[in-house]
Amino acid sequence: MNLSGEQIRALLQALRCTRDQELTCDECLREVGSFAELTLEGRPIEQAYDLVQQHLQVCGECGEEFALLLKALEGLLEPQQ
Amino acid sequence: MDRANDVWIEELRQPDPRREAALSDLRAGLLRGLRGALAGRAGVDDAFLEDAVQEALLKVLDRLDTFEGRGRFVSWAMAIAVRVALTAIRKKRWQGVSLDRFKQESSSPALDVADHSLRPERAALRSELLAAMDRVIREQLTDRQWLALTAELNGMPQDEIARQLGSNRNAVYKLTHDARRKLKAGLEAAGFNAESCFEAWER
Repeated sequence: MNLSGEQIRALLQALRCTRDQELTCDECLREVGSFAELTLEGRPIEQAYDLVQQHLQVCGECGEEFALLLKALEGLLEPQQ
Repeated sequence: MDRANDVWIEELRQPDPRREAALSDLRAGLLRGLRGALAGRAGVDDAFLEDAVQEALLKVLDRLDTFEGRGRFVSWAMAIAVRVALTAIRKKRWQGVSLDRFKQESSSPALDVADHSLRPERAALRSELLAAMDRVIREQLTDRQWLALTAELNGMPQDEIARQLGSNRNAVYKLTHDARRKLKAGLEAAGFNAESCFEAWER
């Protein structure tokens, strides 16, 4: 089985975002909670989170975790039933 | 759940029973957040959520020293809980799938992308790009790097790739990061920068 056109597109997209220095998944995990807060509050994203944003673009799993984290934190901010 | 960050840290470092109260509050918050975020997912029931939160609490306690105080403590802990829960879901989804299934394609990176609807000049550009990719993959990437990258492109989670390679998620990320860097540099040397690669792929 060879790579499909969609997989090649995904690979090229990842290459587009690839940098020499990137965070590992554990390094991203340390920062992603506060990054999620800024995102939910609609506050400006500081330059310090540049590498977090880049990691979330190239790492599908951390990206999926970030989307779920936003939902989980939204749930926490809602009043308890 | 409305403790200040330093109060969370201090209380969670205390012996029981003071720690127990903080742990209980944190457990309730993580459970509530995860329950809301994972509502409707197949295989997610109360037992699953309880197990995920319990494992997350152990990780939180183990990593208290690594919390740097940016943002709320609860957001940091929730990020850990989300990772624990999704890792368990992914593990179940990929149970029984061997990395070996990607070995054939990883040892033969020929790309099946014939598209007869393309204009000749665009088809020629794609063909050149694919030939350059093929060359870089064969000459510069290790078998392990290409295998990990191929598995990832097929949706296999890094935790599962790591488990089958006898490694860990960070190491797999570094493996695929190195593969991407080599591929990007090799394509640039062949005259394809990241933008022109993408352009070659879009109609």
